[in-house]
Amino acid sequence: MSNMRSVYGTSKKDNYSLKIKMKSGILFLWFVILTFICLLPIYILVVNATRESTAIANSTSFIPSHYFGQNLNTLLKNVTYSSVFNVWIGYRNSAIITGFSTIFTVFFSALTAYGLHVYDFKIKEAAYTIILLVMMVPVQVTSAGFVDFMLKLKLTDSYIPLIFPSIAAPAVVYFMRSYMKSSFPLDIVEAARIDGSGEFRTFLTIAIPMMKPAIAVQAIFAFIASWNNYYTPSMILLSSKFKQKTLPMMISGIQASDKFKDYGAIYMALALAIVPIVIVYILLSKFIIAGVALGGVKE
Amino acid sequence: MYFFFQLYPLINTFIVAFHGNKEADEHLVVGLQNFQDLLFGDRNRATRKIHENFVLSFKNTFILWIGNFIPQIALSLSLAVWFTDSKLKIPGKGFFKVVMYLPNIITAASVAVLFLQLCGEAESIPGTLNMLLSKVGIVPYDPASRKYETIQFVSGMWESRIVVMFIQTWMWFGNTMIMLMSGIMGINPSLFEAASIDGANSGQVFRKITFPLLAPIMAYTLVTSMIGGLQMFDIPYLYKRDVSNVSDNLKTVAVFIYEKFHPSAGGQKQFGYSGAASVLLFFITLVLGCIAFYITRDKDEIARKKQIKKNAKQAQLANKQFGGLSL
Repeated sequence: MSNMRSVYGTSKKDNYSLKIKMKSGILFLWFVILTFICLLPIYILVVNATRESTAIANSTSFIPSHYFGQNLNTLLKNVTYSSVFNVWIGYRNSAIITGFSTIFTVFFSALTAYGLHVYDFKIKEAAYTIILLVMMVPVQVTSAGFVDFMLKLKLTDSYIPLIFPSIAAPAVVYFMRSYMKSSFPLDIVEAARIDGSGEFRTFLTIAIPMMKPAIAVQAIFAFIASWNNYYTPSMILLSSKFKQKTLPMMISGIQASDKFKDYGAIYMALALAIVPIVIVYILLSKFIIAGVALGGVKE
Repeated sequence: MYFFFQLYPLINTFIVAFHGNKEADEHLVVGLQNFQDLLFGDRNRATRKIHENFVLSFKNTFILWIGNFIPQIALSLSLAVWFTDSKLKIPGKGFFKVVMYLPNIITAASVAVLFLQLCGEAESIPGTLNMLLSKVGIVPYDPASRKYETIQFVSGMWESRIVVMFIQTWMWFGNTMIMLMSGIMGINPSLFEAASIDGANSGQVFRKITFPLLAPIMAYTLVTSMIGGLQMFDIPYLYKRDVSNVSDNLKTVAVFIYEKFHPSAGGQKQFGYSGAASVLLFFITLVLGCIAFYITRDKDEIARKKQIKKNAKQAQLANKQFGGLSL
């Protein structure tokens, strides 16, 4: 009996829960440090956007100052900066490309996945295999051929090669098809057919509402990927006209640090580029984390 | 549509790879010469330079990838295990997850320029990082000339590489962590329960249950990260002082390809080399992709197929016993 007590006695149990508490505490501290590291660069960026250039050059501070308006003014009015970085043109161009390509990606991928799921045709498996194969190929591999092709079609310096290829998004199709497999029974399509609904109408009024969760997740990721894309726009917009530049391209323009002496304005430009997407992220973070957990992202 | 936008560019890349490099002989078929130049570069001095450049870019890609993958996987795996451990009571798990994923959604181009500012190395006006280090006492400061002996975070070879590795880790560990977490949560919870009843400590649980069952997902992460590493472009391309040239310490394969077909990126247009390098990259990716497929394939389904085959064979054998007559 006494032996049992020493194994299962109260003192042992207390020790155990204390150990768990200690471990939780230490891990909590470690998580806080990691959070700090994650946020520090962004915090410094925001703080420096509100400070005067000379102050940034001479010392580091973690307390915001009151030069926000002045930095913004320099960035927008001073010709040296506004000729390279115009935040409104950047927002507009990025928004046009991102908006259209997100809609195209989601709509046509849903259509393709629907086709692959619902219909049985001869080359179905072959088509699906090709889609999966293409998914694995990085953009950089096809870029040389793509640019050469677009030069022949005389489509460089236009938004067409940036928007229309988003119709074909293999990774999104793959995700949507696996979603449909798990939660879209074919009986519904049968029922709609019996009720006399046309094929396309079935897709629009039944399939799309049922796939809303998958579409939402994929739309968010398509939006972020397209908004952040620097590689494709800079390779297609060969003559890099200022009016056509997207936001990441403008950011890459102000990186030439010799020409720009006002650090406050540089940080301001970066903040204007980064902060909107951080806000969007915070608002949608629940969906984004869930989407990543589903394995829906591949970059 | 798929043919037009995805497959044709791929085929065209192959076609381009076998063509000449100068504008004049762009339509000249040169066969395997481009590949020969890239891989061996023994034709003349110009091709040797290209060959050296190409090998260098491969080496850089590999170094940068290793340097970002090892800390990334260590960090993500440990975090994923801790986050999913039901015994530990840590407040604000959801918040930590959100914050740790945050760097991943920021534009890579902006991140590169931001770190370029933070890691500035000018002697009289250093970046924030050098200034912080001088406060701690690592970077010496000379008050007489008001100059810092800065660490060369941008132009130094290993310094710049370490910064790029850090940025990559910083951006991607949250993503890997969430992927691994969903993998761990897919493991049957009764296994963990059984282990805790048997009195296994957390180290044993990790070694004997989590790690073996997570291995396929880990391998998948490894392969996708490798493919991602081969495409590394934005950050090495933009993390530089001199606008026209990427420093040789950071030139990756993707940057190499880009420079060879983009006229404004320094150097002349050489579609042929760019195409040939793409084709080589394609085959590497293909091999890696096949490995990923092989790892993540549905083992049960394969076993079932094997069983069906076996049954068919037995049926055939049985048929033979009846004199080869199919019944």
